[in-house]
Order: sequence, then structure tokens, then C-alpha cells
Amino acid sequence: MSSVQPFLQVRGIAKRYSNIEALKAIDLDLYTGEVLAIVGDNGAGKSTIIKILSGAITPDSGEIIIAGRKYSKLKPKTALDAGISTVYQDLALIDTMDSASNIFLGREHRKHFFCLDDKRMQQEALDLLQQLGIYIPSLYSTVACLSGGQRQGVAVARAIHQGGRLLIFDEPTAAMGLKETATVLRLIRGLAEEGFGVIVVSHNMEQVFKISDRICIMRQGEVVDCVKTSEVNPQDVVAMITGAIDLEDFSIYRSKN
Amino acid sequence: MAVRIRLQRLFPQLLLTGVLGFLIIVLSLSSEYFLSWDNFRNILDQSSVHILLALGMTFVIASGGIDLSVGNVAAFSGVVMAVAMKADLGVFSAILLGYLAAFSFGLVNGLVVSYVKVNPFITTLASMSIARGLALILTGGVSIYGFSASFKFWGTGSIGPINPPILFSFILVIVGIFLMGYTLWGKYSLALGGNGEALRRAGVNVNLYRTSVYCFSALCAATAGLVMTARLNSAAPLAGATYEMDAIAAVILGGASMKGGRASILGTFIACLTLGVLRNGLTMMTVPTYYQQLFTGMIILVAIVISELRSKEE
Ligand SMILES: Nc1ncnc2c1ncn2[C@@H]1O[C@H](COP(=O)(O)OP(=O)(O)OP(=O)(O)O)[C@@H](O)[C@H]1O
Ligand SMILES: [Mg+2]
Repeated sequence: MSSVQPFLQVRGIAKRYSNIEALKAIDLDLYTGEVLAIVGDNGAGKSTIIKILSGAITPDSGEIIIAGRKYSKLKPKTALDAGISTVYQDLALIDTMDSASNIFLGREHRKHFFCLDDKRMQQEALDLLQQLGIYIPSLYSTVACLSGGQRQGVAVARAIHQGGRLLIFDEPTAAMGLKETATVLRLIRGLAEEGFGVIVVSHNMEQVFKISDRICIMRQGEVVDCVKTSEVNPQDVVAMITGAIDLEDFSIYRSKN
Repeated sequence: MAVRIRLQRLFPQLLLTGVLGFLIIVLSLSSEYFLSWDNFRNILDQSSVHILLALGMTFVIASGGIDLSVGNVAAFSGVVMAVAMKADLGVFSAILLGYLAAFSFGLVNGLVVSYVKVNPFITTLASMSIARGLALILTGGVSIYGFSASFKFWGTGSIGPINPPILFSFILVIVGIFLMGYTLWGKYSLALGGNGEALRRAGVNVNLYRTSVYCFSALCAATAGLVMTARLNSAAPLAGATYEMDAIAAVILGGASMKGGRASILGTFIACLTLGVLRNGLTMMTVPTYYQQLFTGMIILVAIVISELRSKEE
């Protein structure tokens, strides 16, 4: 895998909020066809790096290289065009609109120049949700009326529909039930198998180990280490998240085993 | 399912139509004149300025903003038209200048709200004061009057059974319904108010759309300015003051949420008619205009409270 060029390279990305260093010059690589899990405690900077990758916020310094092209500042539009689709932790849904409008947000079908093609969007949204196994009771109701898990389902459907080559999921199953979670995890694994790159942020170790190929551990705005999932066990990762194992200790530990 | 949800969403408009129906029945029982075409035309004519301002306001409120400057911008654009005509510019150029004057206010409002991210309430409060000041300066504080017949036509001429102000408001209602319900621009106006950040993250140039909403409102105000000035055959610098209140009242009564994301052109239109019928009825029953002001204020308050309660329920 290391012989191929990574689809995404993050180089020295830093972000400061007035008095907090949310990210301290981090590096990260992502290849297509793999699931990379990002783990870390609350406030470690996971969502911040993801928002930078999707162009929702701009970093203070550093650069992002997508498919060989350098970007110092991504805008949401450039990120989408470069093939990055994101399910945000806050979902970024428009509560006052229905599921189809949310799924097609920013990429609406039109007919006769001006008019929105609502029928077509409704139909395609219905097909997409069905195909993904996401159940929404009524396509006509606003997403404000949906349950937390159903709302996540709509956000996931939108990211899939945007059809980028890299899909980012920031805690996509946090509010989902067992069945829905299983569906989304299967979906994520399937995407990687089809050749998409996937980044997943999760606090659930069992999930992380079930779906990821690699794990990046973040702590206080830094990427502490990136490891192959097959080479570690959950306890080690938890220890690295909390800082119970230091980098050096871990390398020693790794070389011993 | 879909039908029930549609009905639920239409609740404020249905309620309003009920109130309008009730008013019409009561008023027609108390006066024979009320149901005559003349009176109906009169109500439409009297409501046209309110309708024009309220339609622009509907898009602004849908986008989660507010435009307090519309009344004074309408008066200002009327003053610009008047000054231009007194300077021997043709009617057409004068009207064009009036629209340009209003448009620049919309543009400034929009740019400041979108790019500088100043609260729309403060921004448009300031531009309201600027428009009023400019109108007073241009006129020296006194009305300009006496225009050519071809200008007065836009306020008092007749087109079949109706007149240009009524025609303008009907056209704008139809255009508004089309824009709001069937175009990307309308959808994004609502999306801006629903969750502007989500729209931005979806790759949409939200600043551009937000700015255009204020420009649209200003163009509606210019049309209102044209109608007001032509109808009275005079441009008064303070003509449109407080009209923004009536416009906001109509938009909220029509089912819009003050927070944005929910608004209805048809609702606004029915609300304008209801307020028009109410004013007409109060005048017929010889209630002094001061009391009418009081009523309008109370109606706004009640409408906002109801709208607030409704959005909490959701
Ligand atoms: N808009 C903001 N303004 C100020 N500080 C912020 C802002 N957004 C994030 N932060 C800070 O940046 C740090 C990293 O936040 P981030 O949301 O990336 O954490 P996270 O790893 O996603 O946490 P969680 O697991 O809780 O989602 C936190 O200390 C947070 O308080
Ligand atoms: Mg987070």
C-alpha cells in the first residue's frame, strides 16, 4: 500500500481558536480503498481536522494535497469538487426542509433552466434511501420531525449521493440503533471495498476494530500515532488515547511483540 | 400522509383565510356598500403598496433576516423619481433612477449583512435612517408634487377593471409564488433561514444569495415608491415611514417564522388582504386612524406570539 501515492495528504495543518490550539501542525495520509479511523478523547481535534478537510473551516497554516493537487485553503465547493464528501458531527441538515431537499442540497436537479425538478429528486431520494437500507417514515416531513438516527441516515445518504472519492464520517452512528448502525458500518466497509477512501471518527472501539484498516490516535490537537488495526488491540489504543502509553513505550512494546 | 403533512403546514394560511372570510361576512352584513366591486377594487388598491413591500419582506424573513428600511427606501426612490422629473429627465429615466437608488440600498444592506456579518436588524435600521435623511435632504423637507400624466398613470390610470398598482401587486404575487416554490433562488432563501451554515457547507455561495434577497426586497420597495408617488401625484420624504411594520405583520400573519426557514407568499398575500379588509372595515365604522395603528400593533404582537409558540411546538 505504501508504494502507491496517498489520495489525501495532510501536511502541517494547524488551527487555533482564540485561546485553544485545536490542531498543532498535524500530518495525515489516506489511501483509497481503506478505512481510516480517527480516535481520541473529546476535544482532541477530530472534528476540527475533518471540517478543515471538507472546507468548512480554514486552517491557520499547512497544506492539503488531494490526488496530487495542493490546496492551502479549501472551500466547501472546492472540497466537494475534489471528491470529498462529509457527514458532519452536527449533521449540517436544514431542519425546515424535507429529506430529499437535504440530500440534494447544493446539487439540485433542474428542468427548463429555472424550475426545480422536485418529482425527480423525491424519486431519486427514495430510491437511494431504499438502496442504502435507510428507513425514513415520510419523505415529505421536514427532517426536524425525524428521530436522531433517521437524521443521521439522511446525512449519510447525502454524503453518498455527493459521490466523492473520499467519504468522511464524523461519528455517523452516534444516535443510531443496533440495526441501523450495522447497516451503516456495512455500508462503510462496502465503500472501501469498492475503492473509496473512508475516514471515520468514532468513540466506539468495537466498531473501530470491526471496520478500520488503520487507526490514527489524536490527543490534544496532535496525531499521536497511526497504526495498522491488525497490529494492535483495543486496550493499547485506549491507553494511547488517554496517554497511559507514550509513543516511546509503545514502540518498545511493539518491537517486543 | 403527504396530504396530512401539507394540510398541517398550511394551517396558518387556512386559519387566516377563515379570519378573512369571517371579516367579509360580518362587514357585508353591516354595510351593503362593502360587497360592491368599487369597494373591493378600493381595498386592493389600498393594499397594493403593502403587498409590494410585504412580498420582498417575505423572502428576507424566509432567509432569517429582516429589512426595516423598506418603507423609507420606497419613499426615497419616489423622491429620486420626482427630483429627476423636475430636472426634466424623461419619465422612463426617472423611474429607472428611482429603482437604481433603491437597488443600491438593497445592495449595501445585503453586502453588510452577508460579508461583514452585521445583524440585519441593526444594518437595515441604519439604512432606514440614511434613506430618510437622504429623502429629506433631496427635498429640503417639503413634498415635491405635480407630475406628467404619463407618470401619474402608474398610480391612478386604469387597465380594464383594475389599475397599475393592483396589476403590479398581482404580477408580483405570481412571480413570488413561482420564485419561492419552484426555483433554486426561493429554495435557497428558505435554506438560508433554516440553516445557512449547512447551505454554505453544501458548497453554495451563501453571501451572494443573501445579498440578492435584500436587493429583491429593495426592488419591491422601489415599485411601492413608484406607486405611492404616482398615486398621490407627490413625493413626500416621509411617505413610507412605518410601512415596514405593516409588511412584517403581514409576513408573520401569513405563516412565516421570525427565525427564518418557513414563509409563504400566498400567506403573505392573504394577510395583506385581511389587513386591508380590516382597515377598510374600521374606516367604514368610522374608527379613527390612531386606533387603527393600535390595532395593527396588537395584531403583530399576537401573530408573533403565535408564530413563536408554533415553532416551539415543532
Ligand atoms: N468554534 C470554536 N470556537 C472555539 N473553540 C473551538 C471551536 N470549535 C472547536 N473548538 C475547540 O477545539 C478543540 C477541538 O475540538 P473538536 O470539535 O475538534 O474536538 P473533537 O475531537 O471532535 O471532540 P468530540 O469527540 O467531543 O467531538 C476543543 O477544545 C474545542 O473546544
Ligand atoms: Mg467531534
